[in-house]
Amino acid sequence: MLARIAIKDDEVPPLVGELNQILDWVAQLEEVDTDGVMPMTSVVDASAPLRADDVSDGGKRDDVLRNAPDAREGHFTVPKVVE
Amino acid sequence: MSDLTQLDIAGARDALGKGDCSAEELTNAYLDAIHEADPLNAFITVLPGKAVEMAKESDARRKNGEAGPLEGMPLGIKDLFCTEGVKTTAASHILDGFTPAYESTVTRNLWDAGAVLLGKTNMDEFAMGSSNETSYYGPVRNPWRLEGDDNALVPGGSSGGSAAAVAANLCAGATGTDTGGSIRQPAALTGIVGMKPTYGRCSRWGTIAFASSLDQAGPMTRTVRDAAIMLGAMAGHDAKDSTSINTPVPDYEAALEGGVKGLTIGVPEEYRVDGMPKEIEDLWQRGVDLLVEQGAKVKTVSLKRTKYALPTYYIVAPAEASSNLARYDGVRYGLRVPGDDITSMYENTRAAGFGAEVKRRILIGTYVLSAGYYDAYYLKAQKIRTLIAQDFKDAFEDVDLILTPTAPEPAFGIGAKTDDPLSMYLNDVFTVPASLAGLPGISVPAGVSDKGLPLGLQLIGRAFDEETVLRGAYALERAAGFTGKPDAWWRS
Repeated sequence: MLARIAIKDDEVPPLVGELNQILDWVAQLEEVDTDGVMPMTSVVDASAPLRADDVSDGGKRDDVLRNAPDAREGHFTVPKVVE
Repeated sequence: MSDLTQLDIAGARDALGKGDCSAEELTNAYLDAIHEADPLNAFITVLPGKAVEMAKESDARRKNGEAGPLEGMPLGIKDLFCTEGVKTTAASHILDGFTPAYESTVTRNLWDAGAVLLGKTNMDEFAMGSSNETSYYGPVRNPWRLEGDDNALVPGGSSGGSAAAVAANLCAGATGTDTGGSIRQPAALTGIVGMKPTYGRCSRWGTIAFASSLDQAGPMTRTVRDAAIMLGAMAGHDAKDSTSINTPVPDYEAALEGGVKGLTIGVPEEYRVDGMPKEIEDLWQRGVDLLVEQGAKVKTVSLKRTKYALPTYYIVAPAEASSNLARYDGVRYGLRVPGDDITSMYENTRAAGFGAEVKRRILIGTYVLSAGYYDAYYLKAQKIRTLIAQDFKDAFEDVDLILTPTAPEPAFGIGAKTDDPLSMYLNDVFTVPASLAGLPGISVPAGVSDKGLPLGLQLIGRAFDEETVLRGAYALERAAGFTGKPDAWWRS
């Protein structure tokens, strides 16, 4: 699952029902003619600003790690991923 | 002075300016009011020590002649804004113990203007909800109840704690965030003013992201004047948010006067939805009549794609949410639930940490973005979004403001809609279109339902024309003359 959420077997049937209800409802969008319409990329008319390409922030390792459930020796930890 | 919590922001500004009270006294009055209002569950975190300390600093600044525009003003802050050194939860279990090491730009702006932080207000989890029932910290109760009925009603959502706190005089004003109506709908359901500015007007930096192309912060206040004062302090360009617009912030309070004479108000026919309750229809008509009496012209406009706005929103917002919420993985913040390997650790953490509505939206979002479905759902929705924005652009060729009801019904009972996600989504039917188009909108309390609950009207304006929105809202507020306040049942 791309969502990376564990779902118990007994949670599946109601969830499938709810999600199908939502997807059936949004399916009404098929009736809108969108030929030649550009998809919205920016809601206000503005071009993305460019900033100077220099280092303006950083050096905050301890701040970044402070909220981790398990940080050790300056690193985040995860379960073993390489055998 | 008697009860200092009776003062709105403009009133407290006068009282503080004249020396009738100090920021410390004002802050203590609100802390007492919050203490007595436990049944409302409006706050997740109350900060008595920090608030009094900030109030003392404010009093010292005033003494030195350095008073800012919100000097000494005690505010509630939605718990979606990161506050340095203060627990920030987004009302989610997955952020257990998260204490930001930085301050959001909007709250930083408020403190720079002199405001005082009373506490962090309750909300729907990750701002996903229209009733404040998805909070991990429990539902907020609306200060308003039906006459002769003790059952609790929802305050709306997602900024339900902020709305309840303002309605119950637990703070001078509060911040909210609005993705599809999360400021305006709870404002309507609690009889207060709530404004979503144009997308890009307030920096999103340091505000926990839900749907980045829609999220905007805004003020929730007792009056339109207060909203103007507060928005002026919150808004402004921020280099840390690339979607923040680099344009000067006008003096919003100065824009209030002038009335609606000479303005043309649009009434969109497509908002007259099937099954609209008569009390909502009557309120809308009353709003039209009041603005006409004040000298406005009224014109019917067509926003052809209105009925597609809500389903479009329920593709775009979950898609962006599924991406934004991918970061809660049990590694970098808060909660971690162990698993046999890294994948099961992710899955277990997210299963335990997210509530049902957040999971639903992540799953929908993941699905509509997945290979094979992307074009049919996400790309299609973004095209319709272009059309919806175009409808507004066309309408604003002819009118200056658009008037609609804010919500399709008054506050409903806690638990009334929790089993039916779609009926809950329909609560945002009138607020979502302006969100998709990035336009500023405000909800103004304008009347009461048959059973005595507050109802709101929404004014929508052109992009970056908050001044006309506020001017119209100020005229509407005065003409409507809504002065209702709930009985303080929560104190007993």
